[in-house]
Amino acid sequence: MARMVSSFLIGLLFGVGLIVSSMINPAKVIGFLDIAGDWDLDLMVVMGSALLTAMAGFAVVLKRQRPLFDTRFHLPAKRDIDTQLITGASLFGIGWGLSGYCPGPAIAGLTLGASATLYFLAAMAAGMALYRFTLGGGLGRPALDSPA
Amino acid sequence: MLEQISWTTAGLGGLLIGLAAIAMMLANGRIAGISGIAGALIVPRDADWMWRLAFVLGLVASPYLVRLTGFEIATPANDHSVPVILLGGLLVGFGTQMGGGCTSGHGVCGMSRFSTRSITATLTFMATGFITVFILHHVIGG
Repeated sequence: MARMVSSFLIGLLFGVGLIVSSMINPAKVIGFLDIAGDWDLDLMVVMGSALLTAMAGFAVVLKRQRPLFDTRFHLPAKRDIDTQLITGASLFGIGWGLSGYCPGPAIAGLTLGASATLYFLAAMAAGMALYRFTLGGGLGRPALDSPA
Repeated sequence: MLEQISWTTAGLGGLLIGLAAIAMMLANGRIAGISGIAGALIVPRDADWMWRLAFVLGLVASPYLVRLTGFEIATPANDHSVPVILLGGLLVGFGTQMGGGCTSGHGVCGMSRFSTRSITATLTFMATGFITVFILHHVIGG
């Protein structure tokens, strides 16, 4: 129960951050990725601000034995930099540049009435399912890198 | 360029995102990686879906909370064509699952833990993102 309620509130907080920073607007994101055009640096400031905040917070939180509502931390098991990582990240970046969306802002912007968001989300869901059912091991079997 | 940055909203938004990441780690011991959370809802690997659904619902509900304060939210604008957006969505979906994260998972949560995996992933998707938009806007002219 505590995990559900806290996750809901954290999702709210995350979404508010995305909205306030205009990251839910693909035009702003594409503006940041358009270095040869009218370069919009806002995303860099957003990322920088989020990073500084999270760095400070994680340094404190990760010293704990366990989180508040679970018995252990669930950090990613994989540590190595391999072709799967590079390929996956490359494909994600291409998709990000093509659409101006990444998962968080698209989901947060679901109800804002832009058809582009809905098209993106449908395609994203399909792409996720495609990976998870092919290279990702399918239902029920955790992929080697899943934080479980 | 620097004078056009919306320092206040970008800084504040980033702060809130960072706080959300900290809260997720403190409360549930998890990375607030949205591609991972969403991916596990679409193709679940364990029975642990309720907190993920709750998180996603929180994201979806966030505009309503923002509007309560009177803040006007602009409708997201995108002048890329529908086929391009669809292809983009497919690649984002596939690529985030393959690469194990996105801007929230690798970018915010990974880099702030000084994970070399996440730093590498973030530099990689930034690079291909820049290149893609450059080609789309300045080479193809789409």
